[in-house]
Amino acid sequence: MGLEIAGRTFSSRLIMGTGGFRHLDALAAALEASGAELATVALRRVDPSARGSIVEVLERAGCELLPNTAGCFTARDAILTAQLAREAFETDWVKLEVIGDDRTLLPDPTELLEAAEALVADGFTVLPYTNDDPVLARRLEDAGCAAVMPLGSPIGSGMGIRNPYNLRLIVEQAGVPVVLDAGIGTASDATLAMEAGCDGVLLASAVSRAADPERMARAMRLAVEAGRLAFESGRIPRRLHAEASTPTEGVPELT
Amino acid sequence: MNVLVNGERCELPEGCTVDEAVERSGAPTDGRGVAVAIDGEVVPRGRWSATELRPGQKIEVLQAVQGG
Repeated sequence: MGLEIAGRTFSSRLIMGTGGFRHLDALAAALEASGAELATVALRRVDPSARGSIVEVLERAGCELLPNTAGCFTARDAILTAQLAREAFETDWVKLEVIGDDRTLLPDPTELLEAAEALVADGFTVLPYTNDDPVLARRLEDAGCAAVMPLGSPIGSGMGIRNPYNLRLIVEQAGVPVVLDAGIGTASDATLAMEAGCDGVLLASAVSRAADPERMARAMRLAVEAGRLAFESGRIPRRLHAEASTPTEGVPELT
Repeated sequence: MNVLVNGERCELPEGCTVDEAVERSGAPTDGRGVAVAIDGEVVPRGRWSATELRPGQKIEVLQAVQGG
């Protein structure tokens, strides 16, 4: 079973952000290596000097496009950006981002919730990038969001999952998929998220700014798969003392 | 008349429509993957050729870039 969001199933549980790649060829190679079937894009003013089309890169990679509202600081701007993305890309899916602080890029909870409610009412499938706050996650789910996407740590920080306890609480209560979004630094961070029961991981910088993005994309693919398998397989309990794995019966007397 | 297309002052003939502003922005002329807002309101692609511009309007012509 893959990642199921709003009735759609993706066989990969890794969602790729496309920000930070030095050029579109590097993005294309990383998408291929990641196995992702969903990737974010942003909306910006037309740049006549830009070469190549990110939309075509995603099409060739077999990736569905997930527009985001990056750069929005108010519910009003985020709602308008989502509506523009729906016009441009003919999708009602949106990764909702409403930032409250330009140094940490942490979400603004009240603007986020207000935007989520308005976009759900307008027929959008809303995937909100949210703080790792279990109460806010529940409020977003109650507002009709199709998933919740808590941060592990600030965008691009590579600090991993700073509050695994909160993440566990969010996963435990959620009735919609939980996608860890932001803060992944390396493969083990993605595995930890999946072992904690997250349904998916969304990352960009960890791959796009790695020394070798294509190989890191493959590492992330394997990390997400490994973490999910471990989660589904039921880990052994932690214990204080050793428990022998070799039988204690039949040990020969050698002296 | 003068309008602002993506923040740049632009001289366009009276009575021209959103199509001309999109062309002036350098966006692909088929409009694929492009969205337009005028003074903070979305203008759906189906209405571009019927929507006349007025002097002083701020027209934003947007397309996909890497991000997120």
